[in-house]
Amino acid sequence: MTTEAIDAAAGQAAEMAEAAGHAAEAAEKGGMPQLDFSTFPNQIFWLLITLVVVYLILSRMALPRISSVLAERQGTITNDLGAAEELKLKAQEAEAAYNKALADARSEAQRIAAEAKAEIQADLDKAIAKADAEIAAKSAEAAKAIAAIREGAVDSVKEVAADVAKDLVTALGGKAEARTIKAAVVARLKG
Amino acid sequence: MAAEAQSETGLVFHPMEQFTIEPLFGEGPIHWYTLTNQTLWMAIAVLVIFLLLVVGTSRRALVPNRIQSIGELAYGFIYKMVEDVAGKEGVKFFPYIMTLFMFIVVANFLGLIPMSFSTTSHIAVTVVMALLVFVSVTLIGFYKHGIGFLKLFWVSSAPMALRPVLAIIELISYFVRPVSHSIRLAGNVMAGHAVIEVFAAFAAILAIAPLSLLGIIAMFGMDVLVAFVQAYVFTILTCVYLKDALHPAH
Repeated sequence: MTTEAIDAAAGQAAEMAEAAGHAAEAAEKGGMPQLDFSTFPNQIFWLLITLVVVYLILSRMALPRISSVLAERQGTITNDLGAAEELKLKAQEAEAAYNKALADARSEAQRIAAEAKAEIQADLDKAIAKADAEIAAKSAEAAKAIAAIREGAVDSVKEVAADVAKDLVTALGGKAEARTIKAAVVARLKG
Repeated sequence: MAAEAQSETGLVFHPMEQFTIEPLFGEGPIHWYTLTNQTLWMAIAVLVIFLLLVVGTSRRALVPNRIQSIGELAYGFIYKMVEDVAGKEGVKFFPYIMTLFMFIVVANFLGLIPMSFSTTSHIAVTVVMALLVFVSVTLIGFYKHGIGFLKLFWVSSAPMALRPVLAIIELISYFVRPVSHSIRLAGNVMAGHAVIEVFAAFAAILAIAPLSLLGIIAMFGMDVLVAFVQAYVFTILTCVYLKDALHPAH
């Protein structure tokens, strides 16, 4: 070990001694106030007072009140839930009644529609039958008229043909009996 | 250490100064009855609890506003914890456990206000609470089960030869409970605040200041988490100990 080192060590030792002196001083100010036992009776006394006061505040005032508020809220929630359940049942009943009414109305409507349809169909059938009959009558009449007209037409043609034939024969210088000519025309028409 | 750092870099480290207990009025020794800054912040904690749980719920609203919601959430949270962990019989002790939880959680969060005082960072405070739990749980155990409470230390599911050894281990662990119970809370709160203070001291150096600020923000975020989690842990451990007293058999 050199003298310098010894000097340094001595210096350090001196500093440490000085620091120890400071430490004694610091123990009062710095140190760990937690380990200053002279304050313990004071701390314990006031802590016990504090705890008792807090306990009295809690057990006499705060806790019963909070507990009653919570119970009240729980009760209200339970009641409300019950009421809601009741209302739900009512709503379900109402829905069932509504559905039933709806189904009734629907079947009623179907029945009315079917009746109306049948009625209309009957009317329609009747009208068609009547119209058919009328048409048949009219067409029969028409056929008769046509037949009559056709009959008339053939007679006219015979007459006209006989007249024309007579005129022709006269024109040609012949002399014809009206009966003969008529017979000839009829034969011609037939043939 | 502190003196050295100061002389070499100009930095001032007093991470523990924030925990100093001083008389509120004047100077002088702290007697057992002296009003101190700690007394003040305990009183503020009581006031906050009163505002939150009594004034906040005074409307008794069916549809709660925010403050009433917080009160009801806290109530439901602890009530369910007691019921789940300690069982139906534990519900009797709910007001005591709620007292501990509300005091710790409110004191923890009040301690996060800058320039405030962290009541729960003091070992004396947490030890008293842990001992209250330890003593009352032990008394409840003996009151309910008499000498049968000692079955807690007799692991009947283990092989016969191991049981005495396990009994000693169980006994030691039982008596270590209040120590870990209290130091966990005070240690976490104290460490979080002290680290913030150290980061803050580094902010005096311009080059490091941004980093230091980021560090403070990150630590503060973590301390918010710690403030709640440690109150939760203290309370749930209380419930677990209570469960052991109510149902000691393994």
